[in-house]
Amino acid sequence: MPDALPRRRITLTVNGKEHSAETEDRYSLADFLRHGLGLTGTHLGCEHGVCGACTVLVNGEAVRGCLMLAVQAEGCRVTTIEGLADDDGALSPLQQAFMDNHGLQCGFCTPGILTTLTAYLRDHPNADEPEIREALSGNICRCTGYDTIVRAALAAARTIREGAKA
Amino acid sequence: MSSTAFVGQRVKRLEDPDLLTGKGQFLDDLKLPGLLEAAFVRSPFAHATFTEIDAEEARAMPGVHAVLTARDLPAEMQGQRILLQVPHPQITNAVTQEPLASREVCFVGEAVAVVIADNRHLAEDAAERVIVDWEPLPAASHCDAALKPGAPVTHSSMTDNIAGRLNLGYGDVDAAFRNAAHVVEERYAPHRGTGHPMECRGVAAVYDVVGDAFRIWTSTQTPHNTQRAVIDMFGLSEDKVRVITPDVGGGFGPKNQVYPEELVIPAAARLLGRPVKWAEDRREHFLTTTQERDQVWDVAAAVDADGVLLGVKGTLIHDAGAYLPWGIIMPYISATTLPGPYKLPAYRMAVTVAFTNLVPTTPLRGAGRPQAVFAMERLMDAVAQKLGLDPAEVRRRNFIQADEMPYDMGLTYRDGAPVMYDTGDYPQAQALALAKAGYDDFPARQKAALAQGRHIGIGIGNYVEGTGLGPFEGATIRILTNGRVAIYTGAAAAGQAHRTTLAQICADEMNVDVTDIDVVGGDTGVMPRGAGTYASRITVNAGSSVRVASIELRGKALALAAAKFDVKPEDVELTHGAVRIKGEQGDSITFEELAKMTSGMPGYALPKGVKPDLEASGYFTPPQATYSNGSHVAEVEVDAETGQVKILKYTVVHDCGTVINPMLVDGQVQGGVAHGIGNALLERMVFDADANPLTTTFADYLMPTAELVPDCDIVHMESPTPLNPLGAKGAGEGGTIPAPAAIVAAVESALTPFGLRITDCPITPQRIVELIQTAQETIQEDH
Amino acid sequence: MKPAPFTYHRAGSLAEAAEMAATLDNARLLSGGQSLMAMMNLRYVAVDHLIDLNPVAEIAGIAIDGGRVTLGAMTRQRAVLESDALAACCPILREALGFVGHVQTRNRGTVGGSLAHLDPAAELPGMAALLDAEITLTSRGGARTVAMADYPQGYMTPDIVDGEILTSVAFDLWPEGHGWDFREFAQRHGDFAMAGVGSLIALDADGRIGRAAVILIGVGDGPLRLRDVEDILTDEAPSGALFAAAAAMAAARPMSADALVTEAYRQHLSRVLVRRSLTRACARATEAAHA
Repeated sequence: MPDALPRRRITLTVNGKEHSAETEDRYSLADFLRHGLGLTGTHLGCEHGVCGACTVLVNGEAVRGCLMLAVQAEGCRVTTIEGLADDDGALSPLQQAFMDNHGLQCGFCTPGILTTLTAYLRDHPNADEPEIREALSGNICRCTGYDTIVRAALAAARTIREGAKA
Repeated sequence: MSSTAFVGQRVKRLEDPDLLTGKGQFLDDLKLPGLLEAAFVRSPFAHATFTEIDAEEARAMPGVHAVLTARDLPAEMQGQRILLQVPHPQITNAVTQEPLASREVCFVGEAVAVVIADNRHLAEDAAERVIVDWEPLPAASHCDAALKPGAPVTHSSMTDNIAGRLNLGYGDVDAAFRNAAHVVEERYAPHRGTGHPMECRGVAAVYDVVGDAFRIWTSTQTPHNTQRAVIDMFGLSEDKVRVITPDVGGGFGPKNQVYPEELVIPAAARLLGRPVKWAEDRREHFLTTTQERDQVWDVAAAVDADGVLLGVKGTLIHDAGAYLPWGIIMPYISATTLPGPYKLPAYRMAVTVAFTNLVPTTPLRGAGRPQAVFAMERLMDAVAQKLGLDPAEVRRRNFIQADEMPYDMGLTYRDGAPVMYDTGDYPQAQALALAKAGYDDFPARQKAALAQGRHIGIGIGNYVEGTGLGPFEGATIRILTNGRVAIYTGAAAAGQAHRTTLAQICADEMNVDVTDIDVVGGDTGVMPRGAGTYASRITVNAGSSVRVASIELRGKALALAAAKFDVKPEDVELTHGAVRIKGEQGDSITFEELAKMTSGMPGYALPKGVKPDLEASGYFTPPQATYSNGSHVAEVEVDAETGQVKILKYTVVHDCGTVINPMLVDGQVQGGVAHGIGNALLERMVFDADANPLTTTFADYLMPTAELVPDCDIVHMESPTPLNPLGAKGAGEGGTIPAPAAIVAAVESALTPFGLRITDCPITPQRIVELIQTAQETIQEDH
Repeated sequence: MKPAPFTYHRAGSLAEAAEMAATLDNARLLSGGQSLMAMMNLRYVAVDHLIDLNPVAEIAGIAIDGGRVTLGAMTRQRAVLESDALAACCPILREALGFVGHVQTRNRGTVGGSLAHLDPAAELPGMAALLDAEITLTSRGGARTVAMADYPQGYMTPDIVDGEILTSVAFDLWPEGHGWDFREFAQRHGDFAMAGVGSLIALDADGRIGRAAVILIGVGDGPLRLRDVEDILTDEAPSGALFAAAAAMAAARPMSADALVTEAYRQHLSRVLVRRSLTRACARATEAAHA
């Protein structure tokens, strides 16, 4: 083990804001967001890439925050749950649909589910129920039994489609 | 006058705005200045002794502040063990864990040392460098084998693995079996699973040297028990230990007990004079957080020629794991739950609780009931098979009828009161479920499917669940000087939306909007007493307390305002944050003014007989458990070649008395069924012959995903209980309890052409294929 | 579950990566990280140096040229899944990639990472074996190509020596109108398969099986190419009996067992899946012939 732990400064954009901060080389992106930047909305549920709670968007795509190093996010655009609502605080259509449809209980898995679905519905606004269930298959929720999450996603997709038409 | 603007409505959750925007504050999110982090050194053996722990290298590593072994813990902790939460006279060996094991470890993952470092990464680096001179011992790896002569003992101080014995029953069982037209007898083996809230456990502690006081945050269902354990351990007075639950990311039972880490972390914070946090990781959760469900039932049912029950007898072996933090309450619940919604004239169950060198077991969503319902419902199916009757018909012939309520089962429940079913219409629950599930058409559907080579099946699971256990849960309601209404309760939430539910109950009484109410729960600093969030008890107990206290507070506000206006109390009314004189032009006073006036304002004298402060407290103490019930029907398709099971349709009739918020109850039921699907088809903790856990990641231990859990068709029946002012019963566990029974029955029904019986769960594809192959070999041998 | 310390190295080019790989001790290459990072978090793997290939754009991309496909090692699994051009000429890839993890892992996971990791249940090594792919390994000294048939040296042990970087995989396309099928068995979508099967079938002018390729994954040390099964299929007319015989032959070999899955069940599943896979692959080939 090296005496001085390797670390470096990285610059990245998180939720539209540029950050420059030091991190140990070995920190995961999720640990860096949580402990380096204080953005604790991203949660760690298993740290071995199965539960999906730590999912964040990197350059718009959903990735496991526990399986990517912070140093690999140099120059990237990262979106976390803290960045999903509008600047004025208005909930995104997906967040609102989760509230309307009881899409969360304890809320611990919710950040990863919201980020996953945000990217998925952007790319697949016409997704049907089986497709949404498949898109969610990499996120474990112990509380809800998923049904209300699926309903929320379908409702959000409707809102997004209507928004696009208007 | 109580309006019902909120109770009974699908009120949106007050919890959601923060949780949806990343503003939740879970344990690992706490930002405490100067915080240090902990990692534990844990046993790699299921059973071993040790004499020396060499932590020299670890202590010298940069960023490491301390490495503590049992010897290094404060004097008050020496020789102490963690709290036994539920004592019971039939416990033969009431052994709980040491905060850190001092010479013997009894399951893989038991902690022997803790490293405190600048951060978790460094703490883990150092924990790897701690050297223990392990001396491995033989281990007991399954509760059945553990009771056999010559089995390895779980603790070297013991001569056998018996943790306790219970004998329950009533009636003349022997006569019932003598007089029986038919007897069915089987062995059932539900397997061990885990709770797996998505947030693991965790604890953080700050020690205030000036006040000699602790502030402890812990991801628990029972903050008051943690407080009690710390108080007992350190010999402090109650005001010196405040335990707070931050947002808790799911509980499901295993967060409902005091763990060693909740004592070691405060001790470390005091020793080091710095805040210390330990956030459990998922591997630790697999290794150390309590589990449940390994049981072995050898049961027989005696019935008459019509399939009417005469008696049930049998033995039950319950796996305690390595320690008994919850005593022997789970097998007690199992044995008293078994009769379910059926008239059972005679019953005898001999229970043996066995220690094993596995993670200790404590209540897990359902708490011994899913296994009991599995045993009873499988017996009913066996009777149906033996007599050539429809499984639904056998159940119909045995139901307790609605006009027989209250119904005394003849047993004593875990709360010491008789098992006295209060309300419910069990025949109607099943009838509704069958109608919704299309049960009558099923034989035709099954025939048509079979003609296409598809194997579909249907199964029923009925249950009665004792919920809403006492002794009490309390609430204080206060009108604040900012005009808002606050509810303080000991009850800690873990996703059930207590804030919303309790605010609904209060809002109706106080005639305010739910958003005008603040709810503070799970904090020993705001409520001195609390039992905890388990046994589907919060709405019943805390909810009733909120109703009682709200009514009292409402009377107080009316009396104060009436005195101010010099009118009679019946001439004033509460209206959206104010009290006003009835009538169109009536004077009014806002809650804010009223609260300020009565909070010690000089010159203001309280009316005669009215106590200071605009608050009221209540501790609701239920006279006994209230019994929820329900009926589940599962329809599945089985690929008889691969053994894959797909749930086609899942119907739930659920009766939890008065429903406060149907949206939330639906959520509890749907989520509970998902957990039950895991227990039925997926989730199994596997250990090898040396008691080493083999399923320690989410890649090996399979949790239900969105593709496997169907949208349940949920129907509410409401049989209000007279036992509390809300008429409510518990709803948190009913979704899980009968699901394994219903699903396994459906799988068996789908495989009717093969003529096999399924007696354990989860039933995996591999097991299904094995059963089919065995059945086919048997058929070949017969010919 | 935090990884042991290591030094991170960002490789800006293939040459730079090769230089690092040749000179750094106890180093590992980091591509998608979807297996490696998990193993490092669990401290099953500890390294002194991690060489990040993600910035090396020159080894990413899909090239289809003259009946041959070349996939750069850093091509994301999602790009393979979503490539319409690949789906048109080699449709089994899309079918197989649909079983690889989940959207979040496919967004990072790479073709090369999966081939280098060589999990016995992984789909991409299975596809490489099925398609008789060739793997290119590049080091400071140059490049060499190894046939997929020779590439696995044992359980999760590829023929890669220290200092080498897996840079691409290439294979020849099957003729237009071939039939294909990929299927696997796991209790949940995206999990590692207890058994999986890939089949390619080309019919000759008489409707007989002119060429067949079949692999099993998840049942042995690595992807299992079933040459014996292919032999008995070749030159035969497709039929249920033929597929049943092929399936029985496929299953009649030693397979792996672990804590959760027995050898007998893997053999059983293999028989079922091979039969179903051949049936569908042939049906697709027949359909294409009639179209």
